[in-house]
Amino acid sequence: MGSRTPLYDQHVAAGAKMVDFGGWDMPLHYGSQIEEHHQVRQDVGMFDVSHMTVVDVTGTEAKGYLQYLLANDVSRLTLAGKALYTAMLNEQGGVIDDLIVYLMQGGYRLVVNAATREKDLAWMHAQAEEFAVTLTERSDLAMLAVQGPRAREVAASVVSDTRGALINDIKPFQGLADGDWFIARTGYTGEDGLEIILPADQIADLWDALLAAGCKPCGLGARDTLRLEAGLNLYGSDMDESVSPLAANMAWTIAWEPGEREFIGREALEAQRDAGDQPKLVGLVLSERAVLRGHQKVIVEGIGEGEITSGSFSPTLGVSIALARVPRATGDHAKVEIRGKQLPVRVIKPGFVRNGKPLFD
Amino acid sequence: MSNIPADLRYAASHEWSRLEADGTITVGITDHAQDLLGDVVFVELPEVGRTVTAGEECAVVESVKAASDIYAPVSGEVIAFNEALGDTPELVNSEPYAGAWFFKIKPTDSSELDKLMDAEAYGASI
Repeated sequence: MGSRTPLYDQHVAAGAKMVDFGGWDMPLHYGSQIEEHHQVRQDVGMFDVSHMTVVDVTGTEAKGYLQYLLANDVSRLTLAGKALYTAMLNEQGGVIDDLIVYLMQGGYRLVVNAATREKDLAWMHAQAEEFAVTLTERSDLAMLAVQGPRAREVAASVVSDTRGALINDIKPFQGLADGDWFIARTGYTGEDGLEIILPADQIADLWDALLAAGCKPCGLGARDTLRLEAGLNLYGSDMDESVSPLAANMAWTIAWEPGEREFIGREALEAQRDAGDQPKLVGLVLSERAVLRGHQKVIVEGIGEGEITSGSFSPTLGVSIALARVPRATGDHAKVEIRGKQLPVRVIKPGFVRNGKPLFD
Repeated sequence: MSNIPADLRYAASHEWSRLEADGTITVGITDHAQDLLGDVVFVELPEVGRTVTAGEECAVVESVKAASDIYAPVSGEVIAFNEALGDTPELVNSEPYAGAWFFKIKPTDSSELDKLMDAEAYGASI
C-alpha cells in the first residue's frame, strides 16, 4: 500500500480507479478520463495534488541561497505573492527538478514534484550548508488544484468572504496567503484556475464544499492530457537529470543576467549555449488515426532522428499530439514510426490548446 | 465487478466470441479489457476478405493509456467489421458486448470455439 493523501476516502467515495504514482495511491480517473478533461476545458474540475512537496525556505540568506540553487533568479520576485517557474540543475546543467517558487512574507515557498521528493530534499540540504537558511518540509499541508474557466467563480463561492475577495482579485501567476491558507492562481492545465495549499485537516471540507458546488473530481489521467495540450513539461518524461533545460523548452526560465550571479549549472549551460548544439523540444500533431506515445522514434529527413518524450490523444482536438526532442535544425515536418509504419506529423512549438482554444491552425 | 455474459466464449487475451445462428462468429473485447484500457480513442479493424489464423494479430485498440493488439480467436475469413467504431470508438467502453462488436469471421472450423474459455473459466482467470 502506498502513501495516502488526506483525500483518500473522498477519492474512493467518488468511485476513483486508484493507481500507484511515485509511491502514492492516487486517482487515475473517476469513470472517464476524457470526460474529466472536457470538464476542465469547459467548466471546472478539481485535482488532489497533496502528494506534491511543499518546502518553505527562511533565514537571512534565503534569497542568496535560492539565487545559487535555481537557474531562474528569485530577485525577479519583487513583491510578496509573485511566483516563478524554474529548473533546479546539477553541475552538468541537467534538470534535477522543475518547481515553482513563491515569495511570501518572511521567506519563500517551493512546490516540487512528488516523485523527486527525496533527491530534491537531499540536494537542497547539501547546497544549504554554506548559507544561513532553514528548509522546512510542510507535510502538515495539503494541496488542491481547482481548474477551468469557472474555477475562480466556484471556488470563491465556497470559502470565507475574505478568501472569496482574494480569489476574485488575484492576478495570474500570483500566490497570496490568507491565515493558514495559501491561494495561488497557477495550474498545470492551460486553463484559468487556482492551486490552494491549506492545512491537511481542512482539505476534505473544501473538497466536499466544491463537490456540492458542481466542481467535478478529476484524476491524474486528465491532468496528463490537459498539461500535454498546454505544452507543459512532465518531469521524468520530457526532461530529467540527463537533459539540459535548453533541450526541454525551458530556455526562457534561465536568468542569464546579471552575468555575475553564480548558479549551479551555469558554466555547463553557457558552454551548451555557445556551442548551439542542443536538440530542441517541439510539439507534434498527427492527423492519422493512431496515437503518439513516449519513446516512439521521430525521423527528420536529411537531418536526423529524435524521440517522443510524451504523447497521447488530445481530447480537445480529437487527434494525437506529442512532445518530442529532435535535432535543432528540424523544420515543420517529420515522421513518427508507429508499429512499423512511418506516419507524417506536423512540427509546431510546444503548446496545443490554451483557454479552451487550439493554438495552431 | 466485470460483466461476463454466460453465452459467450473467451480468449485469455480478453476477446469474446459469439457463435451466431448462421454459423458466423462475432468478436469483440470484454468489459474487463475495456476497463483496463480506459477511454478508447481509435480502433483499427481488419479488411473484409482477410483470412486470419487463430491467435493472429488482426486489430488494434488505442486508448488514452496504451495501444493494444487484438487477436483472432478462431481461424477463418473476415466477412464484416463494425464501421460505427470509426466515429464512436467510445462504444467500446459503454457497450463492449453489443454496439462495440469488432468484426465477424466465417470460421474454417467452428470447433475451434471449444478451445476458448467459458464465462466461468474466464471470470476465474481475471
